[in-house]
Amino acid sequence: MLGEGIIQGLVETARNFFGSYVDKDRLTTVQYPEERQPLPEAARVFPFLLYDGDDPVAGLRCVACQICEKECPPRCIHIDKSKDKKPDFVGKQQFYPAVFNIDVSVCMSCQICVEVCPFDAIRMDNAFELSTTDRFGGLLYTKRELAKSNEYYQQIHPTEAAECDERRAKELADAKAKAAAAAAAAKAAQAANPAAAPESATQASKNGAAAPAPSANGSATGAKGEPAKSETKVGQ
Amino acid sequence: MTTAASVDQVFVTLKHWLVFHTPTAFQTLVSILLTIIPIIVIFPALFAVTTVLERKGLGRIQNRYGPNRVGPFGFFQPLADAVKSLTKEDIVPRAADHVVHYLAPLVLVGAAFLAYAVLPIGRNMVAVNLDAGVLFFFAIGAATELAVFMAGWSSRNKYSLLGAMRAIAQMISYEIPLILSSVAVIMIAGTLSTSHIVENQARYTAGIAHWYAFTPWGLAGFVLYMIAATAETNRSPFDLPEGESEIIAGYFIEYSGFKFALFFLAEYLEMFAVSGLGITLFLGGWSSPVSFLTWIPSWIWFFAKLLIMILGFIWIRGTLPRLRMDQLMNFAWKFMLPMSLIVIFTAGVWRFLPHVIAGSAAVGLVVRWLVCALLVIGPYVLLARTLERGRRIEKRTYRYAE
Repeated sequence: MLGEGIIQGLVETARNFFGSYVDKDRLTTVQYPEERQPLPEAARVFPFLLYDGDDPVAGLRCVACQICEKECPPRCIHIDKSKDKKPDFVGKQQFYPAVFNIDVSVCMSCQICVEVCPFDAIRMDNAFELSTTDRFGGLLYTKRELAKSNEYYQQIHPTEAAECDERRAKELADAKAKAAAAAAAAKAAQAANPAAAPESATQASKNGAAAPAPSANGSATGAKGEPAKSETKVGQ
Repeated sequence: MTTAASVDQVFVTLKHWLVFHTPTAFQTLVSILLTIIPIIVIFPALFAVTTVLERKGLGRIQNRYGPNRVGPFGFFQPLADAVKSLTKEDIVPRAADHVVHYLAPLVLVGAAFLAYAVLPIGRNMVAVNLDAGVLFFFAIGAATELAVFMAGWSSRNKYSLLGAMRAIAQMISYEIPLILSSVAVIMIAGTLSTSHIVENQARYTAGIAHWYAFTPWGLAGFVLYMIAATAETNRSPFDLPEGESEIIAGYFIEYSGFKFALFFLAEYLEMFAVSGLGITLFLGGWSSPVSFLTWIPSWIWFFAKLLIMILGFIWIRGTLPRLRMDQLMNFAWKFMLPMSLIVIFTAGVWRFLPHVIAGSAAVGLVVRWLVCALLVIGPYVLLARTLERGRRIEKRTYRYAE
């Protein structure tokens, strides 16, 4: 009959109308700034730099190898390598980034930088409210703004962070074992030939590195090298 | 005067008092201004309220919250909208006919406001008590078509022209059932004056008012009138002239800022005006439906009815999808037109059937009611069957979707 469907439709919409006042489950809207849905663990928006310990600058894991800078498809990463070196978590002498800038407006959150990083130094963040009133300086994140603690990483990506920590702990243990073995070998060699190169042997055991000669050179340049350049915003 | 009557007439008394206390030279002017200003204040205010109600109502129908940020429960949203539309850039296309482009929204709003001149919004509360009030109303209503076409043509945009042509086709088609369904009322009332039509309905038998909507032909006429009114004001489901998905926004694509807001205002003003006339013709205008509620002021009755009509419009908008152009025309010419002619015929039968049968007015009323109800329902069923014949409605299956 003509008009029957209209009546049915009107009944349905009336049911929706009154139902939305009675049944809260009908209203699926999340009123965003006040209410938030929990982010899924794999949520990723923009990379950040991990640091160990308390000092965001000294504890930075990044060794300025610049792989991420080269791999970044939109080329939003800018790194200036330091002239000097400092020991990393296993005690090996490494460079560090004097400047590490990422342009938020260019980054496409592809996670390639994270995947290519051999040092677990860069990870994806899930803080998505990145808008700013300053479209030049405000969108260029410097080393200091990018540095986030390992605790933060464990908080936002617990599974991934646990796996990463485990691997690093193993690496550290391996390095320690290696250093201990090297120290034992050096001691044995010293016992066998006490006159041969005591300087380099002590250096090697102190750094815990495999090759004694380059690391000795590294520490020498590090001591004499220029102080790290003050951070400048590059990339505009 | 009793208290109820003095409350009922409070605005009329106030106006007379104010006019009485002005110098004689200005009395006419003040009287005119005191009639016009309330209309151009109240109805745009109602428009503001309606936009919020509509957005919130549609939201709830779709299981959303609707606007709830500006002010308590989002009720100050119209203020934000007003600020927004006033501060937006007013863009006029380079190829547009500037004068006509500028005039179109003004003509539209002007025509929409003029229609209120003959609407009795309360006892003794009509701006101009014209003897041909209904005729004036429809004449002014037809002037909005001119404004719509001015807007569509002057924008020099194919979509706005298409929208305007759709609007003209639709408005002219639906003007016929709109006027024909009110002809029945004019026949029975024997007058074109809106005040007299309302006064005819403000009489009571056994406590129930003589509203025309309480008769079979009046009810059918009212339904037909409201359908035609929905189409006439380009409201959903007859909003083809401004179909966003096909022609972006129809005849007002090229309007921005406050001119766009004026189109919006005019659309709602037309909706209120045409609902107001529907109330006047069929729902007893400012009169109460039952005699024991006559103490409620007449203007409250009018605006309560208007609000219910607006809610009906919102409900319909939230329910029905937009018609196709051919469905729209078929509906107008194959259903609305024959039905409104039948309503006119039934109104004549209602008038000339004996009012007293077997010495009893009650029996006469029942017989008249049944005869007229049959005269309306019978053709409706036949027409509906005929229109649906040969048209199988099946569940649509999709080859690639689902």
